Order: sequence, then structure tokens, then C-alpha cells
Amino acid sequence: MKTTDTPPVDPAEDVPPVAKTSEVPAPPAKATEGTFLNVFSHGMLILWAFMVVLPLLWAVMTSFKTDRDIFSSPWALPDSLHFENWSRAWTEANMSDYFLNTVIVVGCSLVGTMLLGSMAAYVLARFDFPGNRFIYFLFIGGMSFPIILALVPLFYVMQNLSLLNTLPGLILVYIGYSLPFTVFFMTAFFRTLPTTVAEAAFVDGASHTRTFFQVMLPMAKPGLISISIFNFLGQWNQYMLPTVLNTEPDRKVLTQGLVQLAVSQGYKGDWSGLFAGLVMAMLPVLAAYIVFQRQVVQGLTAGALK
Amino acid sequence: MQHGKYRFIVGFLAAPLTIYGLFVIWPFIQSIYYSFTDWSGLSPEFKMVGFKNFTRMLEDDVFWKSFQHSVMLVVLLPLVTLTLALFFAFMLNVGGRRRKGAAIAGVRGSSFYKVVYFFPQVLSIAIVALLFQFAYNPNSGALNSGLKLIGLDNVQPNWLGDPDLALWCVFAVLVWSTVGFFVVLFSAGMASIPRDYYEAALLDGANRITTFFRITLPLLWDTVQSGWAYMGILALGAESFAVVQIMTVGPNGGGPDYSTTVLPLYVYQKAFRDGQAAYATTIGVALLVVTLLFVAIVMKLGRRERLEY
Repeated sequence: MKTTDTPPVDPAEDVPPVAKTSEVPAPPAKATEGTFLNVFSHGMLILWAFMVVLPLLWAVMTSFKTDRDIFSSPWALPDSLHFENWSRAWTEANMSDYFLNTVIVVGCSLVGTMLLGSMAAYVLARFDFPGNRFIYFLFIGGMSFPIILALVPLFYVMQNLSLLNTLPGLILVYIGYSLPFTVFFMTAFFRTLPTTVAEAAFVDGASHTRTFFQVMLPMAKPGLISISIFNFLGQWNQYMLPTVLNTEPDRKVLTQGLVQLAVSQGYKGDWSGLFAGLVMAMLPVLAAYIVFQRQVVQGLTAGALK
Repeated sequence: MQHGKYRFIVGFLAAPLTIYGLFVIWPFIQSIYYSFTDWSGLSPEFKMVGFKNFTRMLEDDVFWKSFQHSVMLVVLLPLVTLTLALFFAFMLNVGGRRRKGAAIAGVRGSSFYKVVYFFPQVLSIAIVALLFQFAYNPNSGALNSGLKLIGLDNVQPNWLGDPDLALWCVFAVLVWSTVGFFVVLFSAGMASIPRDYYEAALLDGANRITTFFRITLPLLWDTVQSGWAYMGILALGAESFAVVQIMTVGPNGGGPDYSTTVLPLYVYQKAFRDGQAAYATTIGVALLVVTLLFVAIVMKLGRRERLEY
């Protein structure tokens, strides 16, 4: 079947070449199998889509209800849109502070991770020196170790450095734990780039540092975007690291703040506020995902396909 | 020039290696050392106690419960999630009505499904856990009131409060939040399998089930294998910690009668609730052994002749 006139990605689905139609006969028995399978697969696919969307829609709906309605009729639509739940969550339940802390921490650690990660990866990918392999495996070894094991001593390391319960401390830890995958991915990426461009820049008198920042980094842009999205989501959604290392109430990040909010509902009873908070945290990420779908999917699946 | 090269290498590696060494590698080494001491974490004094923590661990019922739950998760979670994901991905790519001239066809709207299935992947596991904690609420949660709506008033499980059910509730949430990622991942892999193979198989009279096992799965095997390893590490690590700690009842989670406790949660509780840092690191070492064994098994079982196409 490997003929040169067959295009690699078959765009000719609607207008098949005549020869091909005769090559693929569809006997009647196969056709019924196809119809059954088609109905079955659609059914299963719709069912799962429903199961994914339903809890999310339910949360959005609940965030607009009064506390009484949440308990008396969980599946009923809200009687009117209670936007005050949202403003209460934003101001009284400290959601605004949690957002701000998260933006600061993730902003700084993302820049730090990308810069330090690609610097290390570039050196490891392009330069031959004693210890290169060792350092590379030291980095990628961190990917399969259970983080919780390191967290017990790390807590006391942070305490001794006066970094415990501080945002800079959390930023440094986020960078540290994002490096293994970033280095792994970027090393592979730098290896795929042509060497000639960098050599030309070097011959023209650019230093190694300048070659890296002005020639190599711009060339590595697709890889940088993928891995930035990967790291952004990982750091924005991080829960275990801040739970252990950042317990100061005013410095909590979004995920911790929401859990805190849920625990305190035990005596405060502001469930509608909690749901408003949850939806508030969910929507920006979902919206960003829908807009940048292709890049997000590429970024998150990049590592697994390598 | 040579001198410049080494200065550059050192300059570029210094900062990343310092941060990585200080916050990741050094604590790992320390924790293995601490597992042989009686350090409480509260005071700086401690002494070496040999294998005392390890013998204590072997007689600790809660440790064995956590161990069983973690092993159950690492065996079943990848199996269920990857099977479901493979099934959905195959339906999306090959399950469509056969159109004239095309040997295989995806279902209509397959890109829509992929977008929707991926939603849980971008949400924090903490948010997902909170959401489902409320859905599982026995009195007014979405599940039980949904059962009432369809007339099942006497089927009102206690979900997370029921020691026999609680772990399965956790399991379901983990499946819910991870399947979509693998559907998208496998779809991408399936899309790159040349259509000629399917056409040839159809000519030989293969049905879709045979096609799946003889063509799709073998050609996708590398992706499945790395997905398997990834999923297992996740089941032993931060995701299961977050879900169990947030969702299940009891001080800091763990479920009724320790029915949902998992190894990472037990490490956390011993270190930061009970002030037994050394013992916590011992449990952590056990978790490390389980993780490395799992990765080794996946690599061994998964090794097949690599197919080039």
C-alpha cells in the first residue's frame, strides 16, 4: 500500500481516489458491526463527557445558591443568582490574599525555573566535561523519588535558614522540585537544535553567555513554551509542598486557602462562600486552557511522548 | 578559550545545582540517615538507634494498612485508568462510522470530547478533592440527593464515612481526575500510526477488536509503558496524599478506622502531627523502596521489542 501517490496524512477522506474505494470493500456484515460500534462508542463517550462536566457545572450552580438551598435541594437551580457569595468569598474569606500570594509565588518560581533549568540543560546538552553524565542523572533521578520523603528533613533545613513560612522560601523550593523535569526536557530539546548556528555566533566573537541568551534561547522557544505551561500548572496547583512548608495563615496559597476555608466551614457554615471560592479558583485555569488548548495539551503531554 | 569554557560551565551550573542540592538532594540523603536515629524533630538532640525504627515499623498495624492501600492503588489505579483511557482513545480515533474510502474513522466531534476530557487535568487535585468531598456528603451531597431524585431513597451510602467504601471513593476521584490526560496522550499516539496498517488489516478481514490488539496496542506500547510508570508514581505520591488528606475524615484524613490512610499521608502525620520525625523518615524509606520496585517491574514487564514505523 505504500505508494508515493498516497499522501502521508490522508486529507482525501471526502473525495477518495476511485482506485482506493475498490480496494476497501465494505461487506454488509461489517457495516452492521460498524453501526453498532458507532452507537456504542458514542454512548460511552457521551457518558464520560457528562461525568466530567457534571460535577463542575454542579459546583458553578451551587456557588450561586443560598446555604439553605444547598442543603435542602442540592440539584435544584438557584432561585436567583446570589452574587454576594462571590464577593463575600473574595473579601471576607481572604480569597483575594490567596490569589495574590499564588500569583507572586508562581510568577517568581516560574521565571526562576525556566531560567535556571534551561541554563543547566544547555550546558549539559552541549558541553563535554567530566561529571556531565553524573549531574544529568542527579537531576533526572529526582523525578521518580517520593517527595514526601525529603519533606521531613526539608522542613528543618528551611527552619534553619529562616525560610520556613516565607514566600521566598516557597519560591526556592518550587524551583528546586521543578528542575528535574525541566532539565530532562530541555536537555533533550537543546540536543535537537542544530549546532551550526551557535558555532557561527561563536566564530563571530559572541561569548558563550551571549550565544546562549541571544541565539539559543530564541531558537528553543517552542520547547520553552511547552515546559512553561507544564510548570505553570504544576506550580499553580501545587498542594503538598505549601501544606508542609508554608503554614502561616496570611501567606497561604490558593489550594491551601481553599482547604482551610473548607475546614473552617465546620463551625462557620458558609458553604455557599466556599463554593464561590472553589469556582473562582477553577475558572481562570479552565478559561486559560480553553483559549490556549493546543499549547496546553502539547505542554502537558510533551514529556510522556519523549 | 578552554579556560573560558569551564568558567562558563561552572557559572551556568552553580545556581541550579545549589538550589537543587540544598532543597532536594540534601534532604533526601538526610532522611535516609535520620531513619536510623531517634530524632523527634522537636529538639536538635538525637542518637543512633540502628534498625529499631525498622523493626518497630514491621510491627505497626497502621503502617501495614497504609502499605496495603498504597500497594492497592499502585496496582489497580494504572490498570483501571489506562484501560479506560485506551478504550476511549480507540473509540475516538477508530470507533466512528465507516466512511467511503477511509479504512478507519474517528467519531464525529472527537476534538470536542478531547477538550472536555482534559478539564480535570488542569485543575488542582486539592480543588477536585474538595468538590468531591461535598458530592459524597451523605446528607445533602450531590450523589445521595441524586439517588433520591431517581427514587432510590433507601440506597443512601455513607460514602467516605463507611470504612468499606471510603477507599473506593478516593479511588474513583483519582480515576476521574486522570483518565482525560491519558485519552489525549493516547489519541496523539494513535493519530501517528500510519493508516496503511489499518487498511491492510481490514483487507485481511480483521475486525476492530483484532485491529486494536494487533495493531494499535503494540504500536502504542512505549507510550502506554511510560504512562503506566507515571500513573504509578502519582498513585504513590502527592496526588493520593492530597486526596486522602483533604477528603477523608479523621484528624488530617486517613478515613474511619484508618481505612484510607496511605504511605505518604502516614509519613506526614508521624512527622508533623506526632513529632516522630525519625520514624516518619523510616516509613518514607519504605515508600521509596515500593516506588523503585514498582518502576523496576514496569520497566521489566513492559520491555518489548521496539517497533519502528
